[in-house]
Amino acid sequence: MSALLDVADLHLAFGGVKAVDGLSFQVHEAEIVSVIGPNGAGKTSAFNCITGFYRATSGAITIAGTDVTRLRPSAVAARGVSRTFQNVRLFGDLPVLDNVRAGTHLWLRQNVFDALLHTPRYRRTEQVATDEAHRWLDFVGLRADRTGPARALPYGEQRRVEIARALARHPKLLLLDEPAAGLNHNEKLELLELIRRIRDLGIAIVLIEHDMGLVMEVSQRVVVLNFGREIADGSPEAVRRDPAVIEAYLGSDDEPAAETGDHEPATATGDGERPTETRDGERVAETGDGEPSGEIDREAGADA
Amino acid sequence: MTTTKTVQPPKPPAGGGGLGNAAKTVLRSRWIGPVGLFLGAIAPILIATPYAMNVMTSALIFVMLAVGLNIVVGQCGLLDLGYAAFFAVGAYTSGILATRLHWPLLATIPAVIVVTVLAGIVVGGPTLRLRSDYLAIVTLGFGEIIRVTANNLSITGGPEGIYGIPSLSVAGVDLSNSVVFYYVVLVIVAAAVLGANRLIRSRLGRAWRFIREDEDAAEAMGVHTYRVKMAAYIAGAVWGGLAGVLFGAQLSAISPASFTFLQSALVLMAVVLGGMGSTPGVVIGALFVTMLPEALRGLSDYRYFAFGALLIIVMVLRPQGLWPARTREPARTARRSATFDGEVRIR
Repeated sequence: MSALLDVADLHLAFGGVKAVDGLSFQVHEAEIVSVIGPNGAGKTSAFNCITGFYRATSGAITIAGTDVTRLRPSAVAARGVSRTFQNVRLFGDLPVLDNVRAGTHLWLRQNVFDALLHTPRYRRTEQVATDEAHRWLDFVGLRADRTGPARALPYGEQRRVEIARALARHPKLLLLDEPAAGLNHNEKLELLELIRRIRDLGIAIVLIEHDMGLVMEVSQRVVVLNFGREIADGSPEAVRRDPAVIEAYLGSDDEPAAETGDHEPATATGDGERPTETRDGERVAETGDGEPSGEIDREAGADA
Repeated sequence: MTTTKTVQPPKPPAGGGGLGNAAKTVLRSRWIGPVGLFLGAIAPILIATPYAMNVMTSALIFVMLAVGLNIVVGQCGLLDLGYAAFFAVGAYTSGILATRLHWPLLATIPAVIVVTVLAGIVVGGPTLRLRSDYLAIVTLGFGEIIRVTANNLSITGGPEGIYGIPSLSVAGVDLSNSVVFYYVVLVIVAAAVLGANRLIRSRLGRAWRFIREDEDAAEAMGVHTYRVKMAAYIAGAVWGGLAGVLFGAQLSAISPASFTFLQSALVLMAVVLGGMGSTPGVVIGALFVTMLPEALRGLSDYRYFAFGALLIIVMVLRPQGLWPARTREPARTARRSATFDGEVRIR
């Protein structure tokens, strides 16, 4: 059986900088896979390659058997892939409903003549788009006003709208880029539950996330990147005991111990390009200490 | 479930008295189009001197231009500084066919549509890969290229342009009487405004706004941004070209001097002044830009000084435009259908 998403030996270089350096992983139907790694490890770059925003230097990306490596983002989306962005990117001045209607663009059958003449098909498709927007906003649990502009919503609600927009596309594969960033404890718990409900619809999910509690709780498989390279791929339990992963997050033995748990884990992991948030240090300690899972609450609380 | 518990009715904007709110309710309703058309229809009853008819007809043609540019700039967010080029392409295509090949003016319209679509593709093809500032500069260049070309070709009549363009006639009935012509233009422009507004409220129009708001996010949702921008450009070109046909019919003569950068700038000004992306806004903006200099004729030499000063005052007091696009969706389009079940399905 072939995988829904097959990333094979993906390379992406910006000049001399290798953002992604030989990444391979697969995602199957209705599977939740997390991609983790220190900041600058190449997670978002890999996402951008898969969705067509960056053109891979070499390697192949296949979605349900079709090669999408050289396709533009809209063509990748047309093959059943939806995504959210690391920094929420809604259509700020447009009503919330319109934002979600964007998801219907690919499958709503309406042409210029329907629009100009207001044919029955125009009326029907417009109502379908509106119903669809409400349906997914209900699904993600948006409580706020839906007729006002999206930028007027609080941050957590904007994240929900972005997910609703991606779902209205009816994707087979959903890529979520740090969906928990900036959410409070309760919102994270709701997100966890939402991700599971999305999977239950039969949608495969690839998740980039720094919140280890969430990752360990929700993922069936975890792919760990460092320096654009895949250093581990396995179940959450296996990954958290993997020596290579522990080393990537904590640094190797010959480095000063003081650096591992403090405010500069980026230095310890050799990342050196972008500063890592201090939170990572806390998570790292917990990931490495071999504690069993079930730390979601404490993790989320620490981040809130 | 057919409840709409989370959908609040639009809150009336703060400020303004009871009368102001009542007026706003009417102006925000779907009756604004018919009300505007009615006002246009009774205008000649109030004042029907040839001079007034001429000014009002010019204003209507300008409305058509502004509505066309609004698709490109206001909806799709593509800053086009050479919009007069499409106005020129339409006017010249129709003028040449009517004077050299003696086609009736109405018969030139299909040809004008074909030529302006091609012009939109030719100009848009290379330029729409650019973003913002670069696009503005390149469209400025194309605008000048079209004008200079018209100025130098013999088929376009060089600097003298084309004269003797016949007025509109339908089935042998001459429509050149200034009042009759005004009503014909009114009907055509009303149809153009309605058509543009319907495009704006369709799937395509939403895609234009998605691109304006965030091109990458639009692309990620499956909007082929290049094609959709091209569609906006072509729509703008067709609207501009058809306005050019009316322009030629009204003046019976066209020359490159009518299609300068100043013309492009004035149309853009009408769009910005009225409220980018707002159909009633750009209509008002276009009327403002064309009628105000006439209303200020009493100031003779100071006319354009006063015009400029008024524009600055308007933009300082209302930077969002005279009639900005609404950001709140009306309840009638936000309603769920009667059969709404709330069940989620992935096709």
